[in-house]
Amino acid sequence: MFWQKDIETIDRKELEKLQLKRLQNTISRASKNIPFYKDIFAKSDIKPKDITSLRDIEKLPFTKTEDLRANYPFGMLAVPKEKVVRLHTSSGTTGKPKAIFFSKKDVNQAAELIARCLIMTGVKKDDVLQNMMTYGLFTGALVMHYGAEKVGVLVIPAGPGNTKKQISLMQDFKTTTLHITPSYALYLSSVMSNEGLNPSDFSLRRAYLGSEPYSEETRKKIESFFNIDVYNSYGLSEMNGPGVAFECTEKNGMHLWEDNFIMEIINPETGKTLPDGEKGELVLTTLCREAMPIIRYRTRDITMIIPEKCRCGRTHRRISRIIGRSDDMFIVKGVNIFPQQIERVLMGIKAVAQNYQIVLESYDRMIVRVEISRELFDGRVEHLVNLKNEIVEKLRAEVLVRPDVELLEPGTLPVTEGKAVRVIDKRTL
Amino acid sequence: MEVKQISLFLENKKGRLWEALNVLAKAKINIRALSIADTSDFGILRLIVPEPEKAKKALEKNNFTVRENDVIAVGVSDKPGGLAEILKILTDADINVEYMYAFVEKSGQKAIVVLRTDSISKGKKALKQAGVTVLSAQQVYSL
Repeated sequence: MFWQKDIETIDRKELEKLQLKRLQNTISRASKNIPFYKDIFAKSDIKPKDITSLRDIEKLPFTKTEDLRANYPFGMLAVPKEKVVRLHTSSGTTGKPKAIFFSKKDVNQAAELIARCLIMTGVKKDDVLQNMMTYGLFTGALVMHYGAEKVGVLVIPAGPGNTKKQISLMQDFKTTTLHITPSYALYLSSVMSNEGLNPSDFSLRRAYLGSEPYSEETRKKIESFFNIDVYNSYGLSEMNGPGVAFECTEKNGMHLWEDNFIMEIINPETGKTLPDGEKGELVLTTLCREAMPIIRYRTRDITMIIPEKCRCGRTHRRISRIIGRSDDMFIVKGVNIFPQQIERVLMGIKAVAQNYQIVLESYDRMIVRVEISRELFDGRVEHLVNLKNEIVEKLRAEVLVRPDVELLEPGTLPVTEGKAVRVIDKRTL
Repeated sequence: MEVKQISLFLENKKGRLWEALNVLAKAKINIRALSIADTSDFGILRLIVPEPEKAKKALEKNNFTVRENDVIAVGVSDKPGGLAEILKILTDADINVEYMYAFVEKSGQKAIVVLRTDSISKGKKALKQAGVTVLSAQQVYSL
C-alpha cells in the first residue's frame, strides 16, 4: 500500500531532477536568509549559481552540530518568526541545545512523511497506535502523532513509562501498533512476562522501534515475544525527527525519502563522499524545509546506502540499520572500528559476562578485555583457551583486525552508571 | 564422597595469587596440595584443602571465580616406576588423565598423587580393580 504512490515510486531520473530543483531552491533561500550560510557563501569561491548538478553538492561545506549550537536560538531560521509554529530542541550532553523550528508547512510535510511510513507498513484507519515516545521538546512523539492523525488512525498519546497503565491501555483500546524505543520494548516484555500476560491475548500487530541503535537480534527477540512485526525507524530532530527513513514490509533496510532529503555517505575522517554500499557517515540536506533548511548536515550516524531496487516498488534508496556513531569510531591498522561491533560479537558468546573494555595500545594493537561468566567457569584450562580463541576469531571476522583478548575475572572492570567507558585510547595520552 | 578439588580462575595480574592464598590464610585453611596450570595470560590454581566448602565460600566472598570438582587421590609406592605403574593401568583401561599433581605429605609409606581423569568413576574403578590404594575424602582431608 502507498500513501503517495506517484512520488514513492517515482522514476529515478525524475527524482533526481526534482532533487536538483529543490536543492537549488534550498541553497538560494539559505544563502539569502540565514546569516550562517550567507557568510559561508561570502567567504567561499562557490556561489549558489555554481550548483548545476546533484554532484556539485560535494563542493559545499558541511553543517555540523556545533554550528547549530553556535547559532542558538534563532540563528538558523530562514523565515520571519511569525511564520514559525513549533519549536523542538535537541539536547546535547554538553553546552547549549539545538533549536529546531517548524513552519505550518513543515509540520504538514513531516506528517506526510510519517503517513507514507505508516501506510508502507500496512497501517489502516482502524488501527490503534499507542505512542510511547516522549512528548515535549523531543520530536519523537509529536511528529509521529501528527502523521498518524493524518492517516486517520486512533492515536493514544501515552508517552513513555508507567508500564502497568500502558498495559491496560493496550488491553482496553486493543492497541495494534506501538511506537517505542527498543530498550522500553524489552522492558515492557519483561514486565508482561512477569505478570503472566500472554501477548497473543492482545491485539498487537506491529511496532516501530527507533531513537536508539539496536541489533537485529533485539528485533527478533521483540518480534517473537510479542508475535508482531518490528519495523526499524530512523530520524533525528535536526531533520524533523522520525520519518526520515523507514522500513517497508521487506524489513531489509530503511527507505530514505529522497524527495525530501539528499543523502550522502562520507568518510568521517576525510569528508570524502563514498560510493553506495560503503559504510560511512550519513550526511543529509533538507529539500522541502521552509523554516530551517540545513545543507550537508553531518548526522554522525554510520550506515551505508543499499542501492539495489526494493521489491516493494519504492524507488527511494534504503540505508542499513545504524551501525554506530562516528564519534565513537576508532582506527586500528587502518581499519575503522566501532565499539558496537565488538559489543555485538561479545554479547553473542555465552561464557562472556556483560562487562568488557577495549584498550588501544598502539596503532596496530587492540586489546579486548573480557570478563568471563562466573557461572560458566568449570575449572578447565582448555575450555578457557577455546573461549579465548573463539572470541579472537569472531572479532577478527567482524572487524577484520585480529585483537589480543584478555580473559578477566568477573567484577574486575569498573562498572559505570549510564554510558560506560569502553574504549581506553592509550595512543592519545 | 569423592575427593573435592577447588579450581580458581586467576587473571594475569601481579599479586593475584598472593591475594587468593591470603584469603585462605585468613580463613585458617591449610593447603594439602596445590598446582597451577598457566597459559601466557591466565592461570588456574587447583587446591586440595580439608574443608573445601569453607574455602570456596571464603574465596567467593572475596570475588574469586571458583569451581569445585571431583578428583581421585591414590597412594603410590615411593620407588622408581611407582607412578608409571598407575598410569599404565589407566592407559590399558583407555582412560585419559587430564592432569595430576602430588601431595607433600605421605600416607604411611606411600606418596599421594591427585589425578583428574576424564571419567572419575571409571578411573576409580580401574584403579581399585588393579589393587591400587584409592584414598577416601576423609583420609585425604585428615592427612
